Amino acid sequence: MNDVEEGFFFLTGKDFTNAGVASSSLKGVLERRGVQQDIIRRTAIAAFEAEMNVIIYAVAGMMKYRITDTEICVTIQDMGQGIPNIELAMTEGYSTAPDYIREMGFGSGMGLPNIKKSTDKLVVSSVVGEGTTLELVIFLKKEE
Amino acid sequence: MDLQEIVARLDLEVKTPGIDLRREVTGGYVSDLLSDVMGNAHEGTLWVTLQIHLNIVAVASLKGLSGIILVNSRKPDEDTVKRAVAENIPIMTTPLPTFELVGRLYALGLRCR
Repeated sequence: MNDVEEGFFFLTGKDFTNAGVASSSLKGVLERRGVQQDIIRRTAIAAFEAEMNVIIYAVAGMMKYRITDTEICVTIQDMGQGIPNIELAMTEGYSTAPDYIREMGFGSGMGLPNIKKSTDKLVVSSVVGEGTTLELVIFLKKEE
Repeated sequence: MDLQEIVARLDLEVKTPGIDLRREVTGGYVSDLLSDVMGNAHEGTLWVTLQIHLNIVAVASLKGLSGIILVNSRKPDEDTVKRAVAENIPIMTTPLPTFELVGRLYALGLRCR
């Protein structure tokens, strides 16, 4: 029963053309594994928001996943500007996005709160000038 | 409600050739903020927006939305159409502004659920 599946995707800053590809791929992995729909939905929301943050704010990054019998762990690590005040960044509506990003409908200050709401565990660690790492966990419920 | 019926009754222009419009629309959602749609729109929902760039397709696909309607005669970018066809997400346009379009969708019986 120790069926562990791992993988990763590279993310490139400002590459809006491929934005969402990593999250879609992860969603595909979960669908193939027959993961429950609501868990796939929550993982997709969290992964997409985290992926967009890398694309909007960082130079580059990576999304790694590890799926076990009991949980989905996704780690998104970037080489970016870092977050000076994580508590502030977690506040709904707070954003440092430039205007052109906001005009695209991003940067509404809902990304990190959406990730928090969609996951069972979220750890944000960041060093200003170096980058940010998000570790998120979603528990897999047993089939009824 | 069937998407094909909504397209016919509201005279929407379909921008994504070759996509089967016979699909269930379970409700409607309006937003130009992508995170709002990611967080709050339900599966099967028809999304009304003025955003025309490629990333709306990723949002619709990840959320399993039934389609996207662009208001005010806004045309989707070429890349957006290509991606939408590849991901089986219908995109429609209307000359109506959001308020008018949503009023008509509501009158057809669509709700935000």
